[in-house]
Amino acid sequence: MASLVGSRVERKEDKRFLTGKGRYTSDINIANQTYAIFIRSPHARAKIKKIDTSKALKSSGVVEILTGEHIAQDKIGGLIAGWAIRSEDGSEMKCPANPPLAKDSVNFVGDPVAVVFAETLDEARAAADLVKVDYKVLKAVSNLGEAMNSEAIHDGIDKNLCYDWLLGDRQKVKEAFEKADKIIKLDINNNRLIPNAMEPRACVIDYNTASEEITCYTTSQNPHLSRLIMSAFGGVAPENKLRVVAPDVGGGFGSKINLYNEEIVCSWASKKIERPIKWVAERTESFLTDTHGRDHITHAELAVTNDGKFLGFKNETIANLGAYARVFGTVTPTYLFGPCATGVYIMPAAYSNVKAVYTNTAPVDAYRGAGRPEATYTIERIVDKAAMELGMDPIEIRMKNFPTEFPFKQTLVHQIDSGDYVAGLNKAKEMADYDGFAARKKESESKGKLRGIGVTSYFEACGIAPSPVVMMLGCGVGLWESAEVRFNPTGQVTVYTGSHSHGQSHQTTFAQIAADELGVPIENIDVVHGDTDKGTFGMGTYGSRSLTVGGIAIVNACKKIVNKGKRIAAKMLEASPDEVDFKNGEFVVAKSNKKKTIGEVAFASYLPGVRDEVKSPLPEGDEPGLIESSFFDPANFSFPAGSHICEVEIDPETGNVKLDKYTAVDDFGTIVNPLIVEGQVHGGLAQGIGQALYENAQYDDSGQLITASYMDYTMPRADDLPDFNLGFTCTKATTNPLGVKGCGEAGTIAATPTVMNAVINALGGKEISLPATAEKVWKACKEMKKSNAKAA
Amino acid sequence: MKKIALEVNGKKVTKEISDHTTLSGLLRDILNLTGTHIGCDTSQCGACVVHVDGKSIKSCTALAADLDGSKVTTIEGLASNGKLHPMQEAFKKMHGLQCGFCTPGMVMSAVDLLKNKKNPSDQEIRDWLEGNICRCTGYHNIVAAVKEAASKM
Repeated sequence: MASLVGSRVERKEDKRFLTGKGRYTSDINIANQTYAIFIRSPHARAKIKKIDTSKALKSSGVVEILTGEHIAQDKIGGLIAGWAIRSEDGSEMKCPANPPLAKDSVNFVGDPVAVVFAETLDEARAAADLVKVDYKVLKAVSNLGEAMNSEAIHDGIDKNLCYDWLLGDRQKVKEAFEKADKIIKLDINNNRLIPNAMEPRACVIDYNTASEEITCYTTSQNPHLSRLIMSAFGGVAPENKLRVVAPDVGGGFGSKINLYNEEIVCSWASKKIERPIKWVAERTESFLTDTHGRDHITHAELAVTNDGKFLGFKNETIANLGAYARVFGTVTPTYLFGPCATGVYIMPAAYSNVKAVYTNTAPVDAYRGAGRPEATYTIERIVDKAAMELGMDPIEIRMKNFPTEFPFKQTLVHQIDSGDYVAGLNKAKEMADYDGFAARKKESESKGKLRGIGVTSYFEACGIAPSPVVMMLGCGVGLWESAEVRFNPTGQVTVYTGSHSHGQSHQTTFAQIAADELGVPIENIDVVHGDTDKGTFGMGTYGSRSLTVGGIAIVNACKKIVNKGKRIAAKMLEASPDEVDFKNGEFVVAKSNKKKTIGEVAFASYLPGVRDEVKSPLPEGDEPGLIESSFFDPANFSFPAGSHICEVEIDPETGNVKLDKYTAVDDFGTIVNPLIVEGQVHGGLAQGIGQALYENAQYDDSGQLITASYMDYTMPRADDLPDFNLGFTCTKATTNPLGVKGCGEAGTIAATPTVMNAVINALGGKEISLPATAEKVWKACKEMKKSNAKAA
Repeated sequence: MKKIALEVNGKKVTKEISDHTTLSGLLRDILNLTGTHIGCDTSQCGACVVHVDGKSIKSCTALAADLDGSKVTTIEGLASNGKLHPMQEAFKKMHGLQCGFCTPGMVMSAVDLLKNKKNPSDQEIRDWLEGNICRCTGYHNIVAAVKEAASKM
């Protein structure tokens, strides 16, 4: 049987999606359900003086209206930060309480204060309009740069500062800078983004009055963790009385990692009103209340020698947490950001200092890449600036500072097990026809256009691990993953994974892995996930962890199945277990050439007795059945890496940036399914390009989100993007048996600096902030023209 | 309230609906055809595209009451006798979908494109699909799927 790992297997999940039979949360209806509408603060910062629901309660079809008072009375807990980060001075981070419904104060536009349940959605909407909330409006803190000098928005949190974190050695950096020929300085932003999964958040709650169980169908990337938080911190119900199901989920990109207010409130309320509840966000609610991403202001410095060797690097960043600290909110700008800020380079000394601050804006959390795009943008922009100031080629300066021996101990934290950065960049250079750029530039200029080329080399640290280390760094849970492999007596296999697919294709790739391990046709393998009642506890999907952590748990569980199968087969074949080999789904005794298929062994494992031809196949000490589970905790992160090159053509008359060519060369170690990995890269690139050229979440001075629709927030559309030119190199990961590395975030991480380096190259080195909108580019072109005229 | 009669995926449907029921609301909430998705409610994202009298429209902003006598085709009505439409086959073959949420609208738009233009260029495909947002695929494989379907139809 040919190996399926490495094959372009078409997806098992596609047929249902392509025929309209996907089952997303908003597709679920439960008899007798009520409809929820949340009443949200229209102000960015205010005290709640009074909520008057008397008129609304009399409105047609209203079942119940609940407020923050009710939730406080029932002692329902709120949302939490998942990582405790300490400041440089050793003090603990400061986090405000984040109740599911605000009782005393609201801290961003969209903060929920009350909820209406009614017989129909129209009636819920009509009643919500009648709820009168009396606010005392306060001055909002919406500008990140000014947050530390503004009034504290949460009691007891001075300067709005959650923590002032340091990673690295200031003294060593100082000494390195003293030896430098040149110091390159750069001030940059990382624009605020809204993840915008195409499926708006939703939840449908079913309370069973007989068993007192709550079932919460929800749009989540990690249903098990949602159940844990809702139970342990929310106190909604004990875990055994709470089932969380994340069925088909229409994209996440980080925004569906968190448990949200609505899931806690509706789960709690369903038990209270003894009715099912359905809530589906409108797109505006998604814009206002989904966790946002990025939003940094950074000052970076790179110490270099005249011949382009890096001596030291420092990074001073202010990161926006928004109004509250959520699950990955505090770790994204620290351990997911700081260590990666020295990039793929030998950097003798470095530090990252991050001040995370609260503002009256939506909570900011992990968004595809989470910290690593921000870090890569910082280092890759300053490396390009260094090349420019030193008169070096951007590829030459990178090559000069790459490590060539692995494992490579990266400056700040990571021990990178494998990689070949030189090979990746060489391949990208060739595929992009880097040497032909000068001729293409000339051609663009002959048409009155500007042309620029941009290079980025990146590494990513994904599949956060191992648990003892992440817990030491402040994580509230271990980041292992679970799998359970169940052989049915008649030979089909069910694989339960604790990770979750919301587009990542687990049903296909995980079945490929299990098919290879067990020698069972892929058609006979079902991959199940996303239901806390169907499998063991799992940690969900984010940070490119599913394959490198969850996939390996499947491999390990399959190996246990094979080991038990060997013992049973040995008994059946009258041999000792060490005489039994397993290959292509068959247990074979070499000396007698007798064999049993794994299906026969599975069947026998359920029949521990003597009847007809079956003769007590279970060895002494083995229990019946063929079901095994595994919890895998990797020894380290996995470290994909690569180099991307793109070319842009700019029309100086309009400022329009046309992305002309994009080449990506990535090293993901072993690739399980190239078709799917290419898709992951394409999608990541689109989001990284979106950050570079189009997307920008903006709040005005009063804290109103002025980009809360697709008319105002520019999503990349089909006609904005080119075809992508992809290539791969392969150095296998040494920390897992498949040699795999994460691939989900690479495109997002590399694309933003690649595109911006190209734009700034076209503008002759003139800095512009993210995103490079037509307006900014047009202005830069005008200034360029002026200064060129002066020079002439 | 208004009584309307229309044909949905080849079946006759007669329903009494309120004046403000949208076509997407009729399909999803009344006829239980949940393959048509709502991504924005404002005609911006295209997840809700269906065919009315053979033309692709965004069903979230069409009033059902206006469509008395129309023929509606949704993603559920595209395959015939259990055989996928060539566009559906092509999306599968070229990995033109990931989370699947925008997919029904994307496929219905693409089918209409090929009715208007048999062998569209890459740029024509990208221009036509400008009204359908996909957050997962970066559109690369969607364009490839539409070309693949065009070569098979």
